Amino acid sequence: MTNKEKDWDLVIEPVSSSMQALRISQIWKYRDLISLFVHRDFVAVYKQTILGPIWFFLQPILTTIIFTVVFGTAAKLSTDGLPKPVFYMSGIVLWNYFSEVLLKSSETFIAYRYIFAKVYFPRLVVPISIVFSNMLKLGVQLILFFAVYLYYCITTDLIEPTWHLLLIPLLIVPIALMGMGCGLLVAALTVKFRDLKFMVNFAVDLLKYVSPIIFPLSMIDGTLQTLILLNPMSAIIETFRVLCFGQGEFEWIYLASSLGMTFVLLAVGLFYFAKAEKTFIDTV
Amino acid sequence: MSKIVLSVEAVSKQYRLGQTGTGMLMHDVNRWVHRIRGKEDPYKKLSVVNDRTKVSDSKYVWAIRDISFDVSQGEVLAIIGKNGSGKSTLLKILSRITSPTEGVVKMRGRLGSLLEVGTGMHPELTGKENIFLNGAILGMTKTEISRKFDDIVDFSGCARYIDTPVKRYSSGMIVRMGFAVAAFLEPEILIIDEVLAVGDAEFQLKAIDKMKQVAETEGRTVLFVSHNMTAVQSLCTRGILLNNGALTYTGSAEDCVKEYGDANYHEVRESAVAVRPDVIKTGRIEVSDFWFENREGERKFIFMSGDSIQMKLNYKSSLDELPFLSVSFALHDANGSPLAELWNFSVEGAEKVYPPSGTITCSINSLPLNAGRYYINITIRHRNQMDYLLKHAAYFDVLQSDFYGQGFMPNPKFGQFLLEQNWSTT
Repeated sequence: MTNKEKDWDLVIEPVSSSMQALRISQIWKYRDLISLFVHRDFVAVYKQTILGPIWFFLQPILTTIIFTVVFGTAAKLSTDGLPKPVFYMSGIVLWNYFSEVLLKSSETFIAYRYIFAKVYFPRLVVPISIVFSNMLKLGVQLILFFAVYLYYCITTDLIEPTWHLLLIPLLIVPIALMGMGCGLLVAALTVKFRDLKFMVNFAVDLLKYVSPIIFPLSMIDGTLQTLILLNPMSAIIETFRVLCFGQGEFEWIYLASSLGMTFVLLAVGLFYFAKAEKTFIDTV
Repeated sequence: MSKIVLSVEAVSKQYRLGQTGTGMLMHDVNRWVHRIRGKEDPYKKLSVVNDRTKVSDSKYVWAIRDISFDVSQGEVLAIIGKNGSGKSTLLKILSRITSPTEGVVKMRGRLGSLLEVGTGMHPELTGKENIFLNGAILGMTKTEISRKFDDIVDFSGCARYIDTPVKRYSSGMIVRMGFAVAAFLEPEILIIDEVLAVGDAEFQLKAIDKMKQVAETEGRTVLFVSHNMTAVQSLCTRGILLNNGALTYTGSAEDCVKEYGDANYHEVRESAVAVRPDVIKTGRIEVSDFWFENREGERKFIFMSGDSIQMKLNYKSSLDELPFLSVSFALHDANGSPLAELWNFSVEGAEKVYPPSGTITCSINSLPLNAGRYYINITIRHRNQMDYLLKHAAYFDVLQSDFYGQGFMPNPKFGQFLLEQNWSTT
């Protein structure tokens, strides 16, 4: 009989005695599950709805119209000289992606508790699949955005597309990681304290108004601008506008600090998530 | 001896009872303070043995305590014990759904656990999509599922509905499909929990056969948790018995089943008849207890074919005497098909006068039943008026024994009765 510690494939231990790292190789083995979850989210959500996938478009269109009327026409907020619809839509589409990844992945443990109670797979598979299925949605909405963008390119000379547009995919990555990082942290904490769920819904909603979505960052200066830049989404939205329109506040330091915050959030989120995933089922 | 593939070493799991709420934050803080001062968790000491019938002050309880055992490759291990004995907790730890509070589990090879069939199936997706989704949740890759897809569909018997959303399926079809996916999961160690309790009789047999095949011909290791003693006996090579969270017996599956039968399980069932909500009665005759005894007068719920069995019923009536009292114990199989009626009139006639209270016994000397689970419906009539009816009042399990003394037993699939028979050649 060979009972050497080394040849065990799997060792299950109490939570406190070891902090098993999140093994990336484990998640790679479950990549098919991720793609099937994405497929399911995409296919199943709009079944038996009348408008079906049109909902992907409807939500940003309606929000853009309301913002244009309320903030643009009624409140007369500046849009940096850009056509109002493209200005608002750029912010809305990016923010939606961030907030949906955050909110959905923060519900991982609660929404999946019946599955998690019966089967083991790396729990991180779920937030990762949320990142990707919402990325598909973001892709669809960006197509809509660029349709509007193209319209203004042709009919006005306010927008000049440049090769900068090609950098946009790079900007999506930090949004995904930031949303997931926050979501993981909240997920780990809501296991014990459900109150947080309401707080987060509320907080994300409020945060939207302290990000440069309804106003350009250039409208604000001094300490207030620094405060708004503390929201890591601010620099990213501004950078997006710079890439699209050549208009907006861009400083490397803004972007760097935003990326820094993203990685800290992600690391903290992963740590607490890994800790919570081992016993959350006893409390949920 | 073959290689040990699963080793459970002193595993314990503690749960907190009662409501989760504000008090918990205080406990967490206290626990944290102890930890940073390098002391042991103060709540680990507080726990008591898990006996749900006794009230205790402690809010913490050990669902399982200090469990150790090894499983060798190719073994089919039964985990048995009454409800609340810690079986499910043990399974949850082995299948990594929750972590143990103390102790270590080590294993070799891929582990697949089947605590439920059809986990994660989505009602809006088609059967095909769900086979892939469910398979991936259980740990298979897309290529693996594609390779086995035809076999899975074939085994489930749902080929016609494969492109229909699962919400249009009958519940039985969903179960079949779930089991079919699971049956083609090929882990080195497989954990199965009571999944056999679902589906119709035909499908259950199919499922048992499949599991036998997995264990016997493919040489994989299986851990099987069930209340179905017949299945345990026919499938498993070894068993462990849990009681109140502790491991109380390890041995061959047969011995384990016997040990389980001898354990004081009947305490749970004893009062069952008196408090059943589904009883139909006039109140003139009350039944306080109904149970089974062996020849020695011990309460049992597991018998061997050919054993002597006594069915006993305690009753009380508001009437002074009870002439024309008809008592019937109707024997059913697990599917509800009637098998035989044991009726006092048929043996004693109708004239006997019963006292206002007492114990009625119906004895069968040599139980002519093959392995299986059998249910009793109780009907009591007085002067042709129905006074008491309780369906599925109690059940007992019959295990195979060498009824005919030749070492051969007919297959229970082909019939449940064991008839006296003579064979001759001329």
